[in-house]
Amino acid sequence: MTTAAEIAARAEREDVRKRWLLSTPALVIIFLAGIGPLLVVVLYSFLTPGPYGDVKWEFSTDAWVGVFLQRDMFDDTLGIADAHLSIFLRSVRLSFATTILTLIFGFPTAYFIATRPERTQALWLFVITIPFWTNLLIRTFAVQEVIRNEGILNNALIWLGVTSTPIQILYTDWAIGIGMVYVYLPLMVLPLYASMEKLDFRLVEAGYDLYATRFKVLTRIIIPLVKPGIIAGSILVFIPSLGAYVTPRVLGGGRQMMLGNLIELQFGAGRNWPLGAALALTLTIIVTVALLFYVRYAAQSEQRHG
Amino acid sequence: MAALDNVSVVIRENEFFTLLGPSGCGKTTLLRLIAGFDFPTEGQILLHGQDIAPLPPFKRPVNTVFQSYALFPHMTVAQNIGFGLEMLGKPKDEVTVRVDQMLKLVKMEALRNRKTSQISGGQQQRVALARALAPQPKVLLLDEPLSALDYKLRKEMQIELKRLQHETGITFIFVTHDQEEALTMSDRLAVMSAGKILQVGSPWDIYDKPSERFVADFIGETNFLTAKVQLVAGGGANATLSSGKIIPATVAENLVPSGEATIVVRPEHARVVKGEGHLPGVIDNIVYFGTDTNIHVRLDDGGAFIVRQQNTRSAGCGFELGEHVGILIADDAAQVLKD
Repeated sequence: MTTAAEIAARAEREDVRKRWLLSTPALVIIFLAGIGPLLVVVLYSFLTPGPYGDVKWEFSTDAWVGVFLQRDMFDDTLGIADAHLSIFLRSVRLSFATTILTLIFGFPTAYFIATRPERTQALWLFVITIPFWTNLLIRTFAVQEVIRNEGILNNALIWLGVTSTPIQILYTDWAIGIGMVYVYLPLMVLPLYASMEKLDFRLVEAGYDLYATRFKVLTRIIIPLVKPGIIAGSILVFIPSLGAYVTPRVLGGGRQMMLGNLIELQFGAGRNWPLGAALALTLTIIVTVALLFYVRYAAQSEQRHG
Repeated sequence: MAALDNVSVVIRENEFFTLLGPSGCGKTTLLRLIAGFDFPTEGQILLHGQDIAPLPPFKRPVNTVFQSYALFPHMTVAQNIGFGLEMLGKPKDEVTVRVDQMLKLVKMEALRNRKTSQISGGQQQRVALARALAPQPKVLLLDEPLSALDYKLRKEMQIELKRLQHETGITFIFVTHDQEEALTMSDRLAVMSAGKILQVGSPWDIYDKPSERFVADFIGETNFLTAKVQLVAGGGANATLSSGKIIPATVAENLVPSGEATIVVRPEHARVVKGEGHLPGVIDNIVYFGTDTNIHVRLDDGGAFIVRQQNTRSAGCGFELGEHVGILIADDAAQVLKD
């Protein structure tokens, strides 16, 4: 004799097993493509560099020490790794600037699109996403073509008489900044648009009705309401900016490195895979911590408003 | 095509004025013009003699209660109510005092710190009202504010709105397509259709002395009859019905009828009688409403006529389906219409 409860319990177990089975492909992909490689990177960061790249299977913490400190060439003492620090600071500074600038340019753009009639919105979004269809490298070289000393921008400035000699933009932080703002702008516009499109514009009318000027409507009503979009856009721009590789490589020359280039260097010419792995993990940790703070801050200010 | 065509209306201070009409008649457009969300292509909007038509909405001493309420979801009830005062640059303690007053006025003190998404539709309605009243506007505009509420709550809010208008002394301009709402709440109302104002008057005027067919038809149940109309000395007219009987009738303003015209008789201003009456017919249908019974009569001339009679507790309506009856129209019941 089996009771109804036993049958139900067996069906339940069966059900749970089936669900696990069905989600197996997804779990396999998550482990193989996500967690697995990360574990390999963690493992490599604790090994010793091999003579021609690769790693020797000997435990070492040198790579992690090397992230922050460097051994003096002459007296063998440890000091702060100035080069790493300046690259790190440049990365954070440029990523921060990129996020702010894409927000400044992206906000009115997204607002413009969201306030178009429904049919034309699709067209504008299409225009915004067109650059995505072109290879990043080609887009970056296009920016280079515009800002180089004999490029369109400098020629125009000379022709207009703003300057007599070309302004050196290429191979400076400015060049990297311009390139990154250009490349990441759509990543800011799209989430901003997504939250503005949901915005109830009757609330804007209500604001005007209650004596709010245009500026007050923007700061007191629109910005608080599209904040999820601002947060999402900032994250989408800031994180890839920190790890940007192609843009600083092409527009910054070899001299203005960012974290992405430093990491690449260790796996290439530097032949120090463990250091590369440790640097990559450092970047991941920075991003995670920054995200946690940002999200927590955003949630808190949300509560304050409410 | 113009949404509003040559609309001219005078709204008095401290009155509850209603714009009534079917959807698409331009009543909401008129409201938006007064609020400042749309601007007229020509004409003036005078408020105490000053033309406010070119002013942006945030410079008009006019506030709106929106159909969707449009409460700010990122603010509490109290913050919503205080928003207008804050934008006017009122000092903080004054805002607090006024917000407390408004919360009390709409009986929402207990929910002051709730988010607007955490309160019911009727409560949101009250907050929207309080928010619009807080800055003490010269005119309060209400855009079908009760349409989202269920029947009982709507009845309550109708009384509530009347009370608020009375207590605050602010001019209310109320937009609705619900004729019953318009009749019960308004001091005066304007009936609109296709971008035009057809008639302005008190609920009694509009109901009992409709000027044209559309107004009579839109408001309340109506019987239309065709009759030969002849003006009589000292105002009024005599209407000769299809049965040959003659009844007295009033005539819509500015109308000089001649020959055939449409006259209107409200269902409660006529009686069904055994025998001929003014118009003979056969009972088609009897519809019981609780308080009243509607008796549908198919007239011998082919037309239809509805009589509304009040129910008594002891007896039925006194008539049966298929019964030959007569319709007796009260002496002051008929009104001759513009067609």
